[in-house]
Amino acid sequence: MVYTKRVDGRKLDELRPIEAKVGVIPNAKGSAMFRSGHTLAYAAVYGPRELFPKHLQNPKKGIIRCYYNMMPFSGSGERIRPGGNRRAQEISMVMTNALNPVVDLSAFPNTVVDIFVELPQTDAGTRCAAICAASMALADAGIPMKDMVSAVACGEVDGTVVADLIYDEEAYDAIVSDIPVAVLHNSKEVTLLQMDGEISKEALLRAIQMAQKVTEKIHEIQKKALKDKYAREE
Amino acid sequence: MIINKETILQLAKQGKRLDGRGLLEYRTPFEVELDISWTAEGSAKVRLGETVVIAGVKMSLDKPYADTADEGGITVNAELLPLSSPEYEPGPPQMKGIELARVTDRGIRESHAIDLKKLCVTPGEKAWFVTIDLISINDAGNLFDVATVAALAALKNARFPYVDPETGVIDYHKKTDQKVPLVKEPIGITVYKISGNLLVDPTSEEEKSYDARLSVATDEHGIISALQKGGDAPLTVDEIGKMIDIAMDKAKFLRNALDKELARKKK
Repeated sequence: MVYTKRVDGRKLDELRPIEAKVGVIPNAKGSAMFRSGHTLAYAAVYGPRELFPKHLQNPKKGIIRCYYNMMPFSGSGERIRPGGNRRAQEISMVMTNALNPVVDLSAFPNTVVDIFVELPQTDAGTRCAAICAASMALADAGIPMKDMVSAVACGEVDGTVVADLIYDEEAYDAIVSDIPVAVLHNSKEVTLLQMDGEISKEALLRAIQMAQKVTEKIHEIQKKALKDKYAREE
Repeated sequence: MIINKETILQLAKQGKRLDGRGLLEYRTPFEVELDISWTAEGSAKVRLGETVVIAGVKMSLDKPYADTADEGGITVNAELLPLSSPEYEPGPPQMKGIELARVTDRGIRESHAIDLKKLCVTPGEKAWFVTIDLISINDAGNLFDVATVAALAALKNARFPYVDPETGVIDYHKKTDQKVPLVKEPIGITVYKISGNLLVDPTSEEEKSYDARLSVATDEHGIISALQKGGDAPLTVDEIGKMIDIAMDKAKFLRNALDKELARKKK
């Protein structure tokens, strides 16, 4: 148990400062901004709109598609060439899987709801911030949803399970695991689970339980952002 | 989008606009936020009405080009995000984005706004290369003007990253106090001709109804550094003269507005 004091001084289960807002992109049907420390995500929802090419259409219900993208200047090192890469494509896919269980597009057959997420600056936890922003943007767009999705990365740094790892913790000179987890608020079910690093089964389960606990705080912030907009407009 | 093209054309004939503005009147608010990205060497978010553009500056060390061995370089890239408008689709940049990047690039490059010789570290071996990425967040019209202001604001905000003197490796997490050698402040203004009348700061609807447009980049001394005519209607020399006058006047207006915003941020 060497890692008792976190590099940025947070408590073990303490999240970074979060800022959240909906309705930030007027052109979109729904939109949101979600900031966790230095990681910032904008999400915009367009649709339901007709899906092309037609063979992708589902006559029983509409589908969702996520597009995750880091802006060229948002990485911690050199400029990232725009135009997509394998990492962004994979994250887009797991995001779609994380959000799919809560949306109900049975009333919109043959359509697509596109969710675009863009990050102007990052410090780890980008797919989790992206999912948080996307979930809020879907709600802002009035897409029928059964639940809200909140996400956070937990993991073990040198023998200690912590919540919401920053880049300096992911790069800590010891055994580190990074586990992004998306949690449904009502059922507490997990819709995103990935891992990098090394961890025991026992510590992994503790990390997931920590994610279930701290995503409740994230959910409160997401809910408040939605209330702030719609309470004002009443 | 439903476009009231006929109404826009008829109103323009009478010197009026759909949103009630004068032909040469900019939308409000005009807001500039700096340092919106800690990972960029410089960044700015500019809002004009409902149009929002983010500009980010990244710097890297590379070998100079053979024909300009004692100079660094600049690149301008634009991304019209599908997040910013229902009309943009994922994929490689389309004509609109390419034109936006190239027109903004020429305004900066041809005015010699950045002293490229000062970007050189070792002639023939090592020089700084500056990349400006222009990203649309919400396109409600007039990306041309907003992008040029965002590019200038981000350049003014940029600081060189720290370079380890031993290894020559850049530490992007550490910034120095050294600014980009910006010796001029070019701003491009695009003037539109609709139904024979000239207007600035078009909405998305007006952008789909114009006959011709002219982008004019000028620096603070009134020297023109880039032109681009768009649209398929012709322009008379008289009209070109008038459009340049408007562009110079509005460049001054936006440069002052930017300076005011930057001064407000410093307080």
